[in-house]
Amino acid sequence: MTGHWFIDHLWLVPLFPFLGFLLVGLVIRPLGDRPSSTVAILAMVASAVVGWGAAFQYFTHHAGETLVPWQYEWLRFSPTLVGNMGVLVDDISMLLVLVVTTISLLIHVYSQGYMRGDPGYPRFFSFLNLFTFSMLGLVLACSVLQMFIFWELVGVSSFLLIGFYWAKPSAVSACKKAFIVTRFADLGFLLGLLMLSYYAKGLDFTFLTSPETVAKLARTTLPFLGVSALPLSAILIFCGAAGKSAMFPLHIWLPDAMEGPTPVSALIHAATMVVAGVYLVARMFPMFAASEPAILTVMSIGAFTALFAAVIAVTQFDIKRVLAYSTLSQLGYMMLALGVATLDKPLGFTASMFHLTTHACFKALLFLGAGSVIHAVHTNDMREMGGLRRKLPITHATFLIACLAIAGVPPFSGFFSKDEILAAAVENGHYFVFALALGVAGLTAFYMFRLYFMTFWSEPQDHEKYHHAHESPWSMTSVLIVLAVPTALLGLVPFGHYVHRGELEHHGINWLIAGPAILVGLAGIAVAFMLYFRPNGLPDRIAFAFSGIYRVIRDKFYIDELYLFVTHHVIFRYVSAPFNWFDRHCVDGLMDLTAQSALLSGRSLRRTVTGHLQTYLLWAWLGSAVLALVVWQMQAALGWALTFVGLGIIAGIFAWQWVLQLLNRSEPLKRIEKD
Amino acid sequence: MGLLTTIILIPLLAVFVIVLLPDRQKQAIKWVALAATGIDLGLSIYLLVDYLHLISGLPGSGTSTALSLQYVERHVWLGRLGIEYFLGVDGISVLMIFLTAVVIFCGVCASWKHEYRTKEFFAFLLLLVTGVFGVFAAHDLFLFFLFYEVAVLPMYVLIGLWGTGPKEYSAMKLTLMLMGGSALIVVGILVLYFQAGVGSFSMSAIAQAKIPASTQAWLFPIMFFGFGTLGGLWPFHTWSPDGHASAPTAVSMLHAGVLMKLGGYGCLKTIYLMPEGALMWGTFFMVLTTVNIFYGALVAIQKTDLKYITAYSSVSHCGLVLFGLGTLNATAMQGAVVQMFAHGLMTALFFALIGMIYGRTHTRYITEMGGLFKVMPFLGVAYMVGGFAGLGLPGLAGFIAEVQVFIGAFALNSIGHRLLTILVAASVVTTAVYILRFLTRMFYGPLQNPEHAKLTDATFVERVPLTILVFLLAFAGMFPGWMIRLIEYSLAPVMANLEQARRAMLP
Repeated sequence: MTGHWFIDHLWLVPLFPFLGFLLVGLVIRPLGDRPSSTVAILAMVASAVVGWGAAFQYFTHHAGETLVPWQYEWLRFSPTLVGNMGVLVDDISMLLVLVVTTISLLIHVYSQGYMRGDPGYPRFFSFLNLFTFSMLGLVLACSVLQMFIFWELVGVSSFLLIGFYWAKPSAVSACKKAFIVTRFADLGFLLGLLMLSYYAKGLDFTFLTSPETVAKLARTTLPFLGVSALPLSAILIFCGAAGKSAMFPLHIWLPDAMEGPTPVSALIHAATMVVAGVYLVARMFPMFAASEPAILTVMSIGAFTALFAAVIAVTQFDIKRVLAYSTLSQLGYMMLALGVATLDKPLGFTASMFHLTTHACFKALLFLGAGSVIHAVHTNDMREMGGLRRKLPITHATFLIACLAIAGVPPFSGFFSKDEILAAAVENGHYFVFALALGVAGLTAFYMFRLYFMTFWSEPQDHEKYHHAHESPWSMTSVLIVLAVPTALLGLVPFGHYVHRGELEHHGINWLIAGPAILVGLAGIAVAFMLYFRPNGLPDRIAFAFSGIYRVIRDKFYIDELYLFVTHHVIFRYVSAPFNWFDRHCVDGLMDLTAQSALLSGRSLRRTVTGHLQTYLLWAWLGSAVLALVVWQMQAALGWALTFVGLGIIAGIFAWQWVLQLLNRSEPLKRIEKD
Repeated sequence: MGLLTTIILIPLLAVFVIVLLPDRQKQAIKWVALAATGIDLGLSIYLLVDYLHLISGLPGSGTSTALSLQYVERHVWLGRLGIEYFLGVDGISVLMIFLTAVVIFCGVCASWKHEYRTKEFFAFLLLLVTGVFGVFAAHDLFLFFLFYEVAVLPMYVLIGLWGTGPKEYSAMKLTLMLMGGSALIVVGILVLYFQAGVGSFSMSAIAQAKIPASTQAWLFPIMFFGFGTLGGLWPFHTWSPDGHASAPTAVSMLHAGVLMKLGGYGCLKTIYLMPEGALMWGTFFMVLTTVNIFYGALVAIQKTDLKYITAYSSVSHCGLVLFGLGTLNATAMQGAVVQMFAHGLMTALFFALIGMIYGRTHTRYITEMGGLFKVMPFLGVAYMVGGFAGLGLPGLAGFIAEVQVFIGAFALNSIGHRLLTILVAASVVTTAVYILRFLTRMFYGPLQNPEHAKLTDATFVERVPLTILVFLLAFAGMFPGWMIRLIEYSLAPVMANLEQARRAMLP
């Protein structure tokens, strides 16, 4: 309890969308489209109001503190290990609450126009609410268990929304792929969680990130592998983060996820869910920072993904796929920034969170702009667009702002956050990473403006489509305009003042770093201008000249094919199928064999039951002979005695039967005769 | 007459009423069955709430059986042998009785359209349930076994008469394998009785009497295999796919939902009675059940018949129950019991849905389905929820079980155990693969068969059981506290026994 109403009632922030999801999904859906979207948007408005209020109160009254205003014991594993659910308030969680509630609200509004007339309209809004609930629960998580829970829930909402057009086969395989790849990554997260539960004996973030716990983990040596528990658990958790944030080599699901409706791509696969991985690493930053191997892994995977995805983005023609690869690349940037941060020089931490925020704005704007374009021309292929600036003036203007922001042109927001990342790399002496990041910045500017020129300038390629194109409805364009404001201006906020770990020395812009960055960005734009401003054959000729490399890049380095090969040809065919065969033929065969042998022995024993008294007598004689032999071996006297008694009994029976037969009253013998 | 006896007797009474009703009165027969199971459901809810209330006053967790055993009814039956009519429940039994009541109620709802020999069908179904309630309520081993047989035997008739496909073969296989298990159990019970030498079949008396460790060393695996057969323990699981595939809907629901839990429940009691044996054999059974979990999932990937998929997923999920028990760790055992509950709900849901979908499409092969969301959205959503529960999605009951079993198993600090735990945890991926495969295959994509466009969604009677099961899965998944309290409290005597044995075995 802090005495500040909004902070104390932060649990309302995820609760509203959850109620919205239930209400829309179960009650309001049959009532029609309009009520459904209204309720969903109202839930988001309520959530955003509380979220903004809490963030305001936090940054004005409690800045820099870590609070847990509300939590309860959700699942008790043992008297000492408890999984808590609650609300964790600190600078990054408040930042993410701001980002998520705002962007989600805007995208709810935008979807009203974009999804109009879709038969799944109410379902769409209830899923959006579900996603927002899960994402907010994740952001506010107070324990690693709660984080995992909502982590999976955002995964499943993403699955549902990618597969929103469930009748389309490509959407079906995309949603399956997304779920299974991230699930595979989450296995790492789960194992990390298990390690923490055992070695740290606690799951709360405040406990896990405390210096004592980190030191204890670093001291604990594992019984095998001979390393300490800290780097291994950190790397395992990073696996989960890499899956959700689509880091190489787990990136393959994100481009395919573009099968979902465009607002979903903007919300989930650009602005919010995919940054959950970055957020998780930031949340556990003290653990990562304390272990050299873990933080180096974060940095190198981030840097490689940034470059790798940017290279692929250059060759793509599907407007959403270019943006998807661009998202990958920017996520790599954020990871890289976290990776270069240390406990002494934590500029990278701030830079990463800063870039996360600006990226959320400009990438959401880019996707929504692309959605507006797709809405107008009904195609994703940039080769069928061109000249659209005259048809879609608002979309064009806002798209240009977003492109300038992502290309790092001052004074737009992307410039500042990117500059901070570069500065962080230099500050901590990672010059190679700095050079690489600089190169990626150039590539980014190039492929974004390639997209921009191909779509809005050049000449109309498909006159039919061009002719029918029209500006989107007001509910969509207004959102574009609203998003354009932070995209342009967010860089001017003194971000490091609010979000930081340790003390940051405040410095202005280092032009030695910013200067080259700007130049590289402008160069990228210039090359794109030359190649794509007017239709010409130059790009094709370049592609032809480097056709070998070009094809490899265009086919995304064949990583999807590799996965397909491993899953379908190796695992399905050579692991799963033999198991199936083994089960039916060996294990079950063994059971059947047991039964068969019982049957067979029964069948052969049946031969003994002939109905002839002679046979029975023979068996009886044989049996008693064997028995007699056995007994003789053990006790001769008893053997003799038993033999005589037995023979006597048999003789007696015979005598009795004979008497009965004389009297004509022997039942058994009569029956035998009858048979 | 005590509450437990009432719960046991009501279905039996209904059996008599149904037998007396004329054959033609199908509606009346169904209503009697519904009323009986409905009353039992009400009583079991009362039992659950009352038990929770009862233990809420007690501090911490109970350490002796006497504390946690409630609603005791004890009458001498065959006095000279020390056989008693001894009923009494702890938290785990309460949870299982509740599960049974829910599943049978839903099963009766799901067989509302049953037309062929309705009278006999419901009579046998209710007889079976009587046995199941009895097993969970009995505290006397003899009585326990008696009810156990009552629960297992009607299955033969139910599958053999009302089944589909190679039903005689499946019924025979199922019955013979389970009888084989029973044979081991009866031997075990008799040995326990004589070795304990207290002249009583009461479980707590036998547990206190301390069976010699040398006996436990060979008797434990015998009994564990005996119960394990019913619990789907590898390699004695093969009755389950064939049996479930041939059984009619309600029987599959009850069998996979509840009867397989009798196996897990019996294994738990075995551990309670023979803690030293458990310590000797725990790791061995962990290995077997790891095979269960992984292998069930891998085989399920290959299957195209819905009932086979669900049966193998049951093998995998029930493997987790036995795995959790095998760890002998309090957290994991807690998870195992939760898994019993969760799996009971989710397979009941699956089999109910399969019955409903088969009733419409007349096929159980997923390759012949596709795009069914368009025609049966309600069934589709229910199936999705069940599937997500199966792959351990947080917010549904399966996750609570999985995470507890994993955390508990990870606490066993040796390389071998760690490897097993990692393997078992890795099954979350394979599980996701096969579950998403059949879900998307059935419901997503374009409509595969144009004939299916004419089908209808669930009727009201069908919606009732589905809603109940889905609600409970979500409720238990979101608010697990009450389950944990029930289980933790009742596991305490088992853990105390194990602790004692552990100390005794130290040199």
